[in-house]
Amino acid sequence: MDFSTVVFFFLSAILIFAALRVITARNPVYAALHLMLAFFTTGGIWAMLQAEFLAIALIVVYVGAVMVLFLFVVMMLDINMDRIREGFWNYLPLGALLGLLMVLEMGLVLGSKYFQVPIAEAVVPAGVSNTKEIGALLVTDYVFPFELSAIILLVGMIAAVVLTFRGVKKSKISNPNQQVFVKAKDRMRVLQMPVEKD
Amino acid sequence: MFDNFVIPDFLPAAPEIFLATMAMFILVVDLFVKDSRRTIVFVLTQLTLIACAAIQLYTSTGEITYTFSNMFVDDMMADLLKMFVYLTMIMVMFYSRAYLFERPNMNKGEFYVLALFATLGMLVMISANNFVTIYVGLELLSLSLYAMVAMNRDSLASTEAAMKYFVLGALASGMLLYGMSMIYGATGTLEITEIAESLYRGETNKTVLIFGLVFLVSGLAFKLGVVPFHMWIPDVYHGAPTPVTLLIGSAPKLAAFAIVMRLLVSGLITLSQDWQGMLIILSVLSMAIGNLAAIAQTNLKRMLAYSAISHMGFMLLGIVTGVVSGDARYALNAYSSAMFYVIAYVLMTMGAFGVILLMSRAGFEADQLDDYKGLNKRSPWFAFIMLMIMFSMAGVPFFIGFFAKFSVLQAVVAAGYLWLAIVAVLFSLIGAFYYLRVVKLMYFDAPEDETPISTGMDMRILISANGLAVAILGIFPQVIMSLCAYALLRSL
Repeated sequence: MDFSTVVFFFLSAILIFAALRVITARNPVYAALHLMLAFFTTGGIWAMLQAEFLAIALIVVYVGAVMVLFLFVVMMLDINMDRIREGFWNYLPLGALLGLLMVLEMGLVLGSKYFQVPIAEAVVPAGVSNTKEIGALLVTDYVFPFELSAIILLVGMIAAVVLTFRGVKKSKISNPNQQVFVKAKDRMRVLQMPVEKD
Repeated sequence: MFDNFVIPDFLPAAPEIFLATMAMFILVVDLFVKDSRRTIVFVLTQLTLIACAAIQLYTSTGEITYTFSNMFVDDMMADLLKMFVYLTMIMVMFYSRAYLFERPNMNKGEFYVLALFATLGMLVMISANNFVTIYVGLELLSLSLYAMVAMNRDSLASTEAAMKYFVLGALASGMLLYGMSMIYGATGTLEITEIAESLYRGETNKTVLIFGLVFLVSGLAFKLGVVPFHMWIPDVYHGAPTPVTLLIGSAPKLAAFAIVMRLLVSGLITLSQDWQGMLIILSVLSMAIGNLAAIAQTNLKRMLAYSAISHMGFMLLGIVTGVVSGDARYALNAYSSAMFYVIAYVLMTMGAFGVILLMSRAGFEADQLDDYKGLNKRSPWFAFIMLMIMFSMAGVPFFIGFFAKFSVLQAVVAAGYLWLAIVAVLFSLIGAFYYLRVVKLMYFDAPEDETPISTGMDMRILISANGLAVAILGIFPQVIMSLCAYALLRSL
């Protein structure tokens, strides 16, 4: 067993442990932190496959941006885990059965000889930069979906604004101009009441 | 690195580029428009759609043209479907106008911008020749629609519908993507025409292909809304604001038809035996559950949702009968009947939701079946239009819906699936019950609500035109039928 195989198994073990903790942790903050650990180790495995751009993008985008936001949200919300876990044991048999079926099927297909690429073919020749190649493809062959993805992000932004923006809030700062020009009758009401006898 | 790169030909995608530019332009214009003058945004949106149709007509060559490194294809099928998408969107916007202007919290500029972006998504899906393009177009359409469903954010039903739509839609996209990646694994390419060639040469791993195909068909079934992937349709149709329901129920069906054609027929025709078997099951289940569940509904929008499920099941019959045990003699006939069915369905569903929008007014939705009691006494003409649309949906002869059903059944019988044709007719008969119930409510029951129906002139003209189109195209179905056949002949 050479060194890279050892590293691979080491990272994979951490990845599986972290992924399990994501769904079993009682505290949602711990779950989010374990998800970050899972992303880190996945990034490591991708880096070993010489997909360094994907590895860096995963860590920068997911761990750096998405998960930090996610942690903020989780910390601010008061999540009652016991209510979420209600009925867990009732659904477990059916869910486990379906999950097992899926794992078996996927194992059958993905484990077949077809996907066993020989090491010799999977090596990137020297002098080729992964990042450079992806960058070049994005602005040449893939420019159409690339531009459309930009439009999707724009739509996401529009949707976020339209669903949350509720107009400009009136500030509570006092306006000196109005205070100076205020008249007595704006503040005081003179009532005429009949005088009560005796 | 860029040595062998040539600037792509932008002309075939001119309508898409124009639409994207105008949508962003309108987004900026809307910032400077007061809420009371939203008509400007409305007019700009309509002009954009009309201009897109004009550009489409002007740039159409009728030849199959690939551009953007074969990511984008422009053929007659795409041109025809896109023209119908523009027409549908223009009608949807006109129908929605009064409804939106009566409800200021809904009538934001973003509604129009998101509708334009959704249109862009549909156009991209229709013209896609690559898995990546299909997926990106689908996401653009879906994201815009999720936001539009949730736009009435103070309504609990709308929020719930948006949440369900979003979660299930994301799941469906995931399945579609997983299927695509499996097929990529088996063929080594994402381009649909290359996949077809690679499969034809027969040097691919069949297990991986079928595994991917199952996910692909499930994802497509979700987007079409056929059983057993239909759970989102009734809730979304019911919960969404009626203009958004009208939008979801009409034009996207054309785009969904296009991606089914591109993925299954253009790309995976070699596997037709496998996907036809899956689609037959989906189709029979949809017709059964759609028609039976619609009977139990008291809400017209929900009833039309189940009717949509059954109609999509019926449409799939046209797609499964194209190739019979390797013999593609009837392919053109079958696929053009499915295309005719989709176009006819979109026309009818637009009319039905148009009447719901016409009957509703500020603070009143007119989506219960009881709201249509005695419509004949309140407005004989609108009741007559609704009658024509309901008859057409039920498949009563000499409306367009009858010929749509007839041509699909003809294809089914020609392909030798007699039992399938009998099942389809039986479920259509069951379906006729709930369509005719609407007619009975309108003509034979006393009205509960005597409020006069007040609508603008444009709405009256358009809904009349829509109703009459259902009747007149039923007398001359060859007009659209021959257009569909010609477009497919030039494209396949």
